[in-house]
Amino acid sequence: MYVRRRLLALVVVVAFIATLYPATVRAQEPVKLTFWSWRTEDKWAYDRMIRVFQTRNPGIKVEFIPFRQVEYNTILSSGLTAGKGPDIIHLRAYGGLETFAAPGFLAPLDFDKVPELRRFSLQTIAGARSRKDGKIYGVPFATQTLVIYYNKKIFAQHNLSIPKTWDEWLSTMKTLKDKGVTPIANGGKEGWTLEILSGVIAPNFYGGSTFYEAVTRGQTNFRDPTYTGALAKMLELRPYMPQGFMGVDYATMQQLFLNEQAAMFIGGSWEIGFFKAQNKNLDFGVFASPAVRAGDVPWVSSFADGNYGINAKTPHMDAALKFIRFTATQEFGQMFTDLLAQASPVPGVVIKDPVLQQVQAMNRKATPYIMLVGFRWQAPTGSTLLQSALQGMLAGGMTPAQVGDEITRGLSAWVEAFR
Amino acid sequence: MSLRTSRRLWLVFFLGPALLLFATFMTYPIFSALAYSLYAWEGIGQRGFAGLANFVRLFTTFPYPRLLANAFSDNVVVFILTMVIQNGTGLVLALLLSRGPWGARVYRIIFFLPVTLSLVIVGFLWALFLNPVFGVVNKALTLAGLTGLARPWLGDPGTALVTLTLINAWRWLGFPTLVFLAGINAVPDEYLEAARIDGADEWHVMRTIIFPLLAPAVTIIVILTFIGSFNWFELPYVVQGVSGGPNRATDVLGLLFYRTAFGEVDTGLQDIGIGSAIAVLMFLVLVTVSTVGAVFLRRREVEVG
Repeated sequence: MYVRRRLLALVVVVAFIATLYPATVRAQEPVKLTFWSWRTEDKWAYDRMIRVFQTRNPGIKVEFIPFRQVEYNTILSSGLTAGKGPDIIHLRAYGGLETFAAPGFLAPLDFDKVPELRRFSLQTIAGARSRKDGKIYGVPFATQTLVIYYNKKIFAQHNLSIPKTWDEWLSTMKTLKDKGVTPIANGGKEGWTLEILSGVIAPNFYGGSTFYEAVTRGQTNFRDPTYTGALAKMLELRPYMPQGFMGVDYATMQQLFLNEQAAMFIGGSWEIGFFKAQNKNLDFGVFASPAVRAGDVPWVSSFADGNYGINAKTPHMDAALKFIRFTATQEFGQMFTDLLAQASPVPGVVIKDPVLQQVQAMNRKATPYIMLVGFRWQAPTGSTLLQSALQGMLAGGMTPAQVGDEITRGLSAWVEAFR
Repeated sequence: MSLRTSRRLWLVFFLGPALLLFATFMTYPIFSALAYSLYAWEGIGQRGFAGLANFVRLFTTFPYPRLLANAFSDNVVVFILTMVIQNGTGLVLALLLSRGPWGARVYRIIFFLPVTLSLVIVGFLWALFLNPVFGVVNKALTLAGLTGLARPWLGDPGTALVTLTLINAWRWLGFPTLVFLAGINAVPDEYLEAARIDGADEWHVMRTIIFPLLAPAVTIIVILTFIGSFNWFELPYVVQGVSGGPNRATDVLGLLFYRTAFGEVDTGLQDIGIGSAIAVLMFLVLVTVSTVGAVFLRRREVEVG
């Protein structure tokens, strides 16, 4: 009996010490930040960049947790509304950021909190600003440009060079088709790839930023023949797309270009890293959609891809700010560009990738990617209207004028100037 | 404890867990969707009470009325096509199997096999088969000399919905077949023998004896098909994505709801008010039609006396 009681006392004492012990240890334990993202493919790169941050800041640990892209918004929304989101949030730009910023789920940043932001260009910061209060809610991570990729080997085989005018491009594609090569890999099964296609083709015909300024100020709308005429130019590409292109999805487009079955791929600068990783022997370059007249510098559409933001309710605001400031440094920007072959918007970053250098050169005459930058701020977005209507147009059921009318009508729900 | 209270306790014991699960995962979400639909939303943030404003917007602001009407009519088309193609074929197969042909057991398993496959796998498989560049369907058509028939089945607004419904029918065919087969096998042999002795031919037997006694199976299949068609989401989502492309040709209420409530990645923004309003409408349509349909179909059923 006596032994039993002593044993019990011992157990109680041990248990008591055990409850104290972790508390004393916890004080020295590092702050743990969670970082949610949709970039499952880039986890390796983020883990490497985070390791650099952690060696500089021994008191902070960052865990990068990516989710499937199509589910990310749903997961993030549920997390934030339930008060259980991450500390650091990978965010879209423009309206995609506004969805979370306007209702107050993100912590506002400013030049005092993140002095590094002062050096960023105004265009990239525009993708991190909320229209509701004009405040900045994130550090931009990449600038994307819409381009035409071409297979150098196929071009050389058929004695083709980069076309200088729109008509030259059409005859280049005709030559390829006559020789049995699929000229462009693009299809129309996924509407967003058609919006990209319009972002590459249309600006040279609607006059780039002049039209962008006019339509965003409400001086004109998408019924404008300048715009619908530019959309009509997309139809001239139809004969050079793969057979049954309306059933060709994004994955098939990529496969066609990677396997050198198609000579060109119209897409965004984010593909560079993927193409290189998937086919090391693929020799490819980029060019901008050719201008109408020879000698004119062509327009390219570009946009801020997204931002790193902070959850307004994070219990570790200081640590989170430290990490966010780190993402705005030249060191981070350089690692980002080197590892992922994407253009970091941090000033002073040196681009080493030759294809990305070409993209950078094209950006000297860049115009905002029209729907994303200007008309994706409320539902229904210009993108959702345009993508479906473009499918209708390329499948043959809608005219460019009908496309312009549908976009204008849909947007008039929240763009007063269009009413 | 009286017998009655103990019986009641057992009832609570057996039904309680299911009821609790149902309330948490079914009833509560339905009521919260109803509540959400009555509020204004700013991005993902809930704002003030808005009354029926979301419903008014859904029915009056372009493009929502058109999207709603289009999705609803797509659901109706899916229901009709599924009834005719999937359940019609199921009935024919059941009649054939009920006569016990050679290898009937094997056929029964084969017909039912796709039902056991994961829907996601079925979707990916058929999307691959129907791919205009790499897919086997168009290649087979070309080999058979039918090049004119080769087309982007899932990318052509004219064929996408029918193709999707056929994929669905391929997957589900075994289910109505088995239900009908069970119904046919339940018809007492004496009735059939008596009819045949009286000189009825096969068609007569089918029409006057088998079909009336099959009514309970038909009721179940019609109602399940209706609910399945109007809740259709997984297959269009897996095969066509959340936008219901091409140009909303495969847009159904489930997709429209999901897209407006949770957003379209890289394309559209969330509009939880409109999304919840659509969910409420879907729920109302399903409950009303299923109830009325069940009462109507039950009335036609004949009991084996």
